Amino acid sequence: MTMQTEMTDEAVVASGAAGTPVPETGQKILAVRDLTKIFGPGCGECLASTGPLADTNVCPRCGSIIALAEVGFNLYAGEILGIIGESGSGKSTVVKTLYFDLSPTGGEAVFHHSDMSFNLFTLNAAQRRWLRNHRMGMVYQNPHLGLNFSVSAGGNIAERLLVCELYHYGKIRTLVRELLSRTEVPPGRMDERPGGFSGGMQQRVQIAKALATRPPLLFLDEITTGLDLSVQARILDLILEIQREFMTAMIVVTHDLGVIRLLAERTIVMKHGRIIEAGLTDQIIEDPQHPYTQRLVASAL
Amino acid sequence: MNPGYKLSPVEASYSFAFLDEYAKREIRRAILKAISLPGYQVPYASREMPMGRGFGTGGLQVTLSIIGPDDTLKVIDQGSDDSVNAVNLRRFVEMTCPGISTTSNTSEATIIQSRHRIPELPLSEDQVLVLQVPYPDPLVLIEPSEARRKTMHGEKDYSRLLTRLYEDLIRFGEITISHRYPTRINGHYVLDPSPIPRYDIPKLNRSRALILFGAGREKKVYAVPPFTSAEPLAFEDVPFRTEDFRDPKTGERRPCSRCRSTDSFLDEFLDTKGEKIYQCSDSDYCNHRLFRKGSRPEKP
Repeated sequence: MTMQTEMTDEAVVASGAAGTPVPETGQKILAVRDLTKIFGPGCGECLASTGPLADTNVCPRCGSIIALAEVGFNLYAGEILGIIGESGSGKSTVVKTLYFDLSPTGGEAVFHHSDMSFNLFTLNAAQRRWLRNHRMGMVYQNPHLGLNFSVSAGGNIAERLLVCELYHYGKIRTLVRELLSRTEVPPGRMDERPGGFSGGMQQRVQIAKALATRPPLLFLDEITTGLDLSVQARILDLILEIQREFMTAMIVVTHDLGVIRLLAERTIVMKHGRIIEAGLTDQIIEDPQHPYTQRLVASAL
Repeated sequence: MNPGYKLSPVEASYSFAFLDEYAKREIRRAILKAISLPGYQVPYASREMPMGRGFGTGGLQVTLSIIGPDDTLKVIDQGSDDSVNAVNLRRFVEMTCPGISTTSNTSEATIIQSRHRIPELPLSEDQVLVLQVPYPDPLVLIEPSEARRKTMHGEKDYSRLLTRLYEDLIRFGEITISHRYPTRINGHYVLDPSPIPRYDIPKLNRSRALILFGAGREKKVYAVPPFTSAEPLAFEDVPFRTEDFRDPKTGERRPCSRCRSTDSFLDEFLDTKGEKIYQCSDSDYCNHRLFRKGSRPEKP
């Protein structure tokens, strides 16, 4: 467990951004190779007999569902990468495996941070938990997944700070208040339970919770789905501000082309667990190559 | 229980201390493991006892598996040697362990089985304190799955327990846990110290006596070995505090109405006129102070 002791840093939270080494732009922080996730027994022909060409993600021989098949991409510091695709295309599975909510069937993902590299899928449970709590953040589509509704909004954020070994009540209160004002939740309501908040506010509490440790990597899983348009716009603005302020790299999963156009510099289009197109967002929207992307863009514009 | 009751010859063939030798051996092994992993809850096969689970069967099994004919036993319930639970357990051990002696004197006892209190007199290296535990896992309130609780214990993941303290602070301005205060042993495992009041928590820290916890219904044994650190969970700027028994009017600590002690845990009750009376919860301690003063103990 030498790795553990090296990684322990309560100072990071306490001192805010000053303690977290800010990654330089253009530095690779995540490299994903051949990421595969199969639900079911799996067989030798799973990958060959599914995909966009076969127009299915269910293996005809063994009946397994191929959620991800040999997905690979890089993510650079401070960059927002969009993942777009229809429902069931495997876009959420990508972030769930990277955030350790699901374990992949195969592939590797290397996370680089301040001269250290972590091969995500070979870490032990304690190291995974450490990375997840200290270096990553996740905002779910459903606030019930990301927040504990039986404790106050402030308590939710405090929990994440406590995981990072900040045991000073006064400092926790100050940080919680700061984070909530940053995400435009009235700090006067920090001691209320999130159940009494509107959907947009719950989402902002989730974002504040994810940001509490100033992680260099943030996953956003359909965060604006189900919110009305004006609230959507404010949340997206907030995300952009945060990205500029903290140089946070993000993976934004959505089926909404508008979200991608506003946030992401680069975009991946997925279908049946495969990447069918990847490139600059402008390029994908202006000049889509794959028939599915063409249909997607045509239907949105 | 009938005090004149004699065991029939068949029943008298029970082995010493009621439990069969294999059962005792198993519990002893669990105790040894508990001592080597301070604060870790060791599972054991809690045997059926001739009393309901929840009446101290866990503590009783620990006591029965470590007691020998040369031991002196003291049993207390809420600080008193004379309440129902204490009397019945003591009689049961007397009946099933021929040769042992019992006492109400804390300093004479080699084994002290207790429910909800740690005696006021400091314990020594020659003594073992056995506490009866209803709920061994402090995480049970925040995580229903035992498998996940075990992982949380293993990874020292107690942030959600601290979140509970945080929630207490924002709602009431202070930590309101009155008993079963979660306590970190030897810098790792957090245990439920059984329903002892907060007042007794500092006595766990670097205790000279071995402290064993037995949960009969939940089938767990755990220990605080001698000279092991025990720190109650708290925030850096909101330290743990015990009950202080100060009179809000005078600001002075209330004394025991019998022995005038101002450094013991007090019980509050109403006298015949309906007025509040404060008295030592540890009756042996109270009696000793009275005898030392030369006056006879009086009935409350």
